Amino acid sequence: MDIKDIIKPENKVYAKTPVLTDNILHYCPGCTHGTVHKIIAEVIEEMGIQDKTIGISPVGCSVFAYNYIDIDWEQAAHGRAPALATATKRLNPSKYVFTYQGDGDLASIGTAEVMHACNRGENIVIIFINNAIYGMTGGQMAPTTLLGQVTATTPYGRDAKLNGFPMKITELLAQLEGTCYVTRQSAQNPAAVRKTKKAIRKAFENSMMGKGTSFVEVVGTCNSGWKLSPVKANKWMEENMFPFYPLGDMKDR
Amino acid sequence: MAEKILMKGNEAIAYGAIRCGADGYFGYPITPQSEVMETLMEEKPWETTGMVVLQAESETSSINMVYGGACTGKKVMTSSSSLGISLMAEGLSYLAGAELPCVIVNVMRGGPGLGTIQPSQADYFQAVKGGGHGDYKMIVLAPASAQDMYDFVGLGFDLAFKYRTPAMILSDGVIGQMMEKVELGEQKPRRTDAEIAEQCPWAVVGKPADRKRNVITSLALESPVQEAHNIKLQAKYKEIEEKEVLYSTYRTEDAEHLFVAYGSIARICETAVDIARENGYKVGLLRPITLYPYPTKQIQELLPQLKSVMAVEMSAGQMVEDVRLAVEGKVPVNFHGRMGGMIPSPDEIYEAFVKSINK
Repeated sequence: MDIKDIIKPENKVYAKTPVLTDNILHYCPGCTHGTVHKIIAEVIEEMGIQDKTIGISPVGCSVFAYNYIDIDWEQAAHGRAPALATATKRLNPSKYVFTYQGDGDLASIGTAEVMHACNRGENIVIIFINNAIYGMTGGQMAPTTLLGQVTATTPYGRDAKLNGFPMKITELLAQLEGTCYVTRQSAQNPAAVRKTKKAIRKAFENSMMGKGTSFVEVVGTCNSGWKLSPVKANKWMEENMFPFYPLGDMKDR
Repeated sequence: MAEKILMKGNEAIAYGAIRCGADGYFGYPITPQSEVMETLMEEKPWETTGMVVLQAESETSSINMVYGGACTGKKVMTSSSSLGISLMAEGLSYLAGAELPCVIVNVMRGGPGLGTIQPSQADYFQAVKGGGHGDYKMIVLAPASAQDMYDFVGLGFDLAFKYRTPAMILSDGVIGQMMEKVELGEQKPRRTDAEIAEQCPWAVVGKPADRKRNVITSLALESPVQEAHNIKLQAKYKEIEEKEVLYSTYRTEDAEHLFVAYGSIARICETAVDIARENGYKVGLLRPITLYPYPTKQIQELLPQLKSVMAVEMSAGQMVEDVRLAVEGKVPVNFHGRMGGMIPSPDEIYEAFVKSINK
């Protein structure tokens, strides 16, 4: 059988969503960002909201999210994405507005903005990628870095006395009256990807119902920062991250 | 007949915002400008024009809300005072870098640090020379009355959108707090989404199938791209310098000595000019209305008739540096300033002038 006989429309089982651009991802092989970008793009395609969606990219590795998801974007200063999203949504209530933020951006420098956006119950979606490290600046300690975890600024492992404790910001945000949906997911295998996709779709749908803020944490890997192969990074995440950052819904109303 | 209402300068900012068709105000309370947001909250423009008003959790957040709103082509603004503006400096640089139009009001108080809540003009450098990081400028308007406060909101938006750049209204505690009659203009409608899409093709409003995605960013990692962007910004600033200078003069026709002052001090200097004239000194006043772009040429045009120039400010001497740059050493440039919330009287300014020309 010739290859031309195989590559036919009727044999197609998978196609890249057109909401993802053809730009080559700058992320390291094994990075979770690319997977979550694809999930978001698929949700936008399936909901038919490409012309109604505004994304807000952070500072960090995913600053360039605007190169990959084919929608209108705002690029925020470090940590400020929820403030941009607040005004964007209030001034444009018919649009789907989401922020995409890493752990340094959201849980360190942007703590005030995310807390208050969630507390006001802004009708936005916040997607939080937690890989427990600063990727773009070269693997320094993040607020979510685990105790004992070695990073560029915790070369002997994170020590609570010296560096404080890893922050469970998602649990904190679940306590706020303004949030309607708070969940923690992952994206290391097809089952996890399906769950995350369901969560992100629900978050987007919530944002048009006037219910408040939807917050989706995705626990991910930074194999370059962690200095592990993609496969080993996934294993390390399952063994070390998941016990401290347990997956599942914290709030759904 | 036009509506004339007695109000504070700060209240005039609020009415100016509503009447010019602003889409959003985002602020954080700070003395001496809290009446801006208080007035907006009392007026509830969201029920009439649809304008959004929101109290943010910090100045950092309010300027970033302005950034987010401006990305969508809306007319958005904030107001604060001195130290609050310092907190906004990062956002101002981002707004200028991303070429976003907006209006920022600074009702200046004395510093440095927590300083005093009394009036000051010590944020001139911050407003005119930068304040945030990187090579950028803001259009800076200096109101001298409550009426100016009202008028300059609309003017600020017009200039900001014309050049896609932030515009600052640099006021002070005197102008913010004093009550004067203000003539209110007609209510202008807010722009529709269709008008925004047409007038601001760059705006982030959701990507239709027939155009490329709009991305608002100030990031350019490749040096040649960043330099090209810097060159574009500088060309824009040059055009602003050529076209948008605003100033006024008082009794300069035959003046041999010139006062240069802006904002509330320009008002006080008018009386000082009158006192000097009564005492036989031919003095005039030039009031820069735009502090950036600065009326450099207009000062230079008066130089042939002048024997001295005196800058008067509520600062240690900031604008006087731009006066010296304009005068280029051709006549003596003197300075009189008060700090810490102290306001010079007309007599004090006159006496400082006499002393300056007899030293």
